[in-house]
Amino acid sequence: MNNQPTTWFKAAPVSAFPENGGACVKYNDKQIAVFHFKQLDKWYATDNECPHKHQMALSRGMIGDQQGHPKVACPFHKKTFSLETGLNLQGEDYCINVYPVKIEDGFVFIGI
Amino acid sequence: MTQPLKVVVVGNGMVGYKFCEKLLTKVGGGLFSITVIGEEPRPAYDRVHLSAYFSGTSVEELTMAPASWYAEHGIQLLTGECVVKIDPAAHYVQTHTGLQIPYDKLVLATGSGAFVPSVPGVEKEGVFVYRTIEDLDAIIGYSKGATRAAVIGGGLLGLEAAKATLDLGLETHVVEFAPRLMPRQLDAAGAGMLKRKMEALGIQIHLNKNTSHFDGGAAVARLSFADGTSLEVDMVVISAGIRPRDELAKQAGLAVGPRGGIMVNDELQTSDTDIYAIGECALHKGMIYGLVAPGYEMAEVVAKNLTILSSNGETTIVPSLGERGLFKAFDMSTKLKLIGVDVASFGEPFCEQTPHDTIIVEDKLKGIYKRLNVTTDGKYLLGGILVGEAENYNMLLQTVKNRLVLPPNPEDLVLPARKGDGASAGAGIADLPDEASICSCENITKGAICQAIEEHNLPDVAAIKKCTKAGTGCGGCVPMLSDLLTETLKKQGKVVKKVLCEHFDYSRQEMYHLIQTSGTRTYDEVVAKFGKGCGCEVCKPAVASMLASIYNDVIAKQAVIQDTNDRFMANIQRGGTYSVVPRVPGGEITPEQLIALGTVAKKYDLYCKITGGQRVDLFGARVEQLPFIWEELLEVGFESGHAYGKSLRTVKSCVGSTWCRFGVQDAVGFAIRVENRYKGIRSPHKLKSAVSGCTRECAEAQSKDFGIIATEKGWNLYVCGNGGIKPQHALLLASDLDDETCLKYIDRFLMFYIKTAEPLQRTATWFNKLEGGMEYLRDVIINDSLGIAAELEQELQYLVDTYHDEWRVAVETPEIRARFSHFVNVEEPDPTLEFVEMRGQKRPADW
Repeated sequence: MNNQPTTWFKAAPVSAFPENGGACVKYNDKQIAVFHFKQLDKWYATDNECPHKHQMALSRGMIGDQQGHPKVACPFHKKTFSLETGLNLQGEDYCINVYPVKIEDGFVFIGI
Repeated sequence: MTQPLKVVVVGNGMVGYKFCEKLLTKVGGGLFSITVIGEEPRPAYDRVHLSAYFSGTSVEELTMAPASWYAEHGIQLLTGECVVKIDPAAHYVQTHTGLQIPYDKLVLATGSGAFVPSVPGVEKEGVFVYRTIEDLDAIIGYSKGATRAAVIGGGLLGLEAAKATLDLGLETHVVEFAPRLMPRQLDAAGAGMLKRKMEALGIQIHLNKNTSHFDGGAAVARLSFADGTSLEVDMVVISAGIRPRDELAKQAGLAVGPRGGIMVNDELQTSDTDIYAIGECALHKGMIYGLVAPGYEMAEVVAKNLTILSSNGETTIVPSLGERGLFKAFDMSTKLKLIGVDVASFGEPFCEQTPHDTIIVEDKLKGIYKRLNVTTDGKYLLGGILVGEAENYNMLLQTVKNRLVLPPNPEDLVLPARKGDGASAGAGIADLPDEASICSCENITKGAICQAIEEHNLPDVAAIKKCTKAGTGCGGCVPMLSDLLTETLKKQGKVVKKVLCEHFDYSRQEMYHLIQTSGTRTYDEVVAKFGKGCGCEVCKPAVASMLASIYNDVIAKQAVIQDTNDRFMANIQRGGTYSVVPRVPGGEITPEQLIALGTVAKKYDLYCKITGGQRVDLFGARVEQLPFIWEELLEVGFESGHAYGKSLRTVKSCVGSTWCRFGVQDAVGFAIRVENRYKGIRSPHKLKSAVSGCTRECAEAQSKDFGIIATEKGWNLYVCGNGGIKPQHALLLASDLDDETCLKYIDRFLMFYIKTAEPLQRTATWFNKLEGGMEYLRDVIINDSLGIAAELEQELQYLVDTYHDEWRVAVETPEIRARFSHFVNVEEPDPTLEFVEMRGQKRPADW
């Protein structure tokens, strides 16, 4: 997890992202999944790759919450990850990187 | 009235007590005058859980029943009274205080004493046995001045005793004569695992040690072994086995075994037919049973036989009271927790005489050893050993006892459950027959427990224990009681509610009703109105499915609540590409369509495979290619095949009477009609169907959710079949139907299933949990017993009328079509996709 983003990457306009779902953006050679919780007006960004079987798939996963904690479920084998910490929520040994997100002038920026 | 029969019970241990209890519950049990004589100063207590006394359980809590219980039931209880003589000829017993008590029938339940080997020095101070509360008090008292204790005997009781000395804060050693711990229950590998666990807890284990003498002054200070080694200790607990208390019997001239034990026949009579022996003092077919369960069974047998006897005063059988009880060789299966380590041994743990194959799971890291002995054909379980984890003990034991057929991969019964594996492989408690014995101590069946739960509205396990006595012996069946309770309550539709997930406090059936009556049409509305939070990957697709089953809107309008397959309307495959399956109703396809499939596959470089459902699957399509591929497929008349959805897949057919010389009906024609009627309908899980043109059943309709087989007069309709993980034949719902009636019944059946099933529950599973089974289903579908048939038909007709090809909608709706891209900021395919060549086509690189 990067606490001090060096770069704010201007990803895409807000309208490019689905409400209450995820989409994937490309930044150099990186694939980043961006999620939008509309009711809470919260945005999250993580690696698009699920570390379980190394599939570029998390942006296609369903989002939701576990006891109020935001999460994403990989569409392949339903591994769930915290969108705040990147930790696997089933207690398994892998995790994903999470990135800060800010919205400015109708655009989504990701801190890398 | 005749004089009551005088029954005298010598011994007031667990079995002696149980005998009284059983005798009272029998028909005619009131016709006895019962006297119980126990040498211990208190009424019978639970010796099995004796070590709990060290961790603070009181004598009262361990007591089987207080003295008042005996009084209330008219039983004369004499405690602290020792029987010193039996006079079989004069029919009386005499106690040490000179009391003479006459009997008509005498029951010896004298139990056993600790076997104390005659080793020099055994009489020294600080040497104890582990048998009674008095022994325990003495051990506790002496331990205050001691630091190191040795337990002689590494069997079941010895390890219990070791737990006791450990609890007393003593450095604990276990000395065993055999080369392994618990030699009667465990094999070498299992015992080795147990030894590691014991050692990890600080108990030192000494195997192959034959104690030759106890050294020291007045008090014991050292054990010397035959191999010349020794062990410094300041107290010793001997737990080297039991010795049946047969001295009274011997004195009375009854036959005893050469190595002790009062000989009994199958009716548990001793060599004097008026004297019975039960429990650990009895020698039955050369066997002394040192466990409580067989002792209780013996108590039952004698109680039964005395009752039969008393009702007519003769020894002839009274048919109305059933057969005389006979004691049969008893299962020695046992499970216990030794110092926090689960150990179990069941059925034939060693299978020394029986041909078998073993399945062994050994995890030294976690300290788990499991061994299953299965028949060489892999069908039946013979027995096994569990160390370190024995959660499945009850199910495994029942599988042995009821000769249940093993699942195809019996190793799953002992392998740790893997997350995400879904259905459990093992036989569930629901599969057990009613006569399966759940509590083997009290011999109480599944049927009796379920009946008690229902009749007395038992709310919890404690109530079940109280009402049925199940679980009051060794306690090993308590987890099963809990399962049975859940199962039974669920059957009654009570308390245990299967809620959707943490976001909804409703079952699927309730949700379905709420959505339907409230008119909510989106997930966001549903969660706001009936749920909480942001939802999750469980409730979102479940609600999406219900919304589709009720309203049949375009699912792509709420793409983010769909599972990935429904979101992109294709099946995600390894690597992240998708596969495409166009609908081919009934498997009938034109040459033009075949050519078009080939053309598309070639153009997009797709791997081709014929599916099991008579269709063609095109693999390896990138997400952004999907709308383009479909554009071309739509052009030649293909529609979505819903291979990605929880909805109707294919209606497979054989060629039927139009070509086949055996066919009696047009199977293909009817399959096409059926498929076109139900295509696109979303259901709790996928639906498969088939139509066979004659009884040869080439379309395998009996393995489908609904299958149709032609007869000379029309169609036979079968429902709730399944292939897959647990194959199940479909059952006949109705025979010789005409086309319209057949469709009408399918309409009703499908809608009834859609409205009442759990999420992701196939029709077969749904049916298996449907109370009343086929008779009930037939009543609902054919006889309209619930009065809902018209409503079901109407609801289904609505779905038929609102059918739309969702791929056509997606291709023709720009904002839906725009979602089919891997990135939202650049128009590029996923650069990480990798393929390799295989037999002239491509496949994804290994992950």
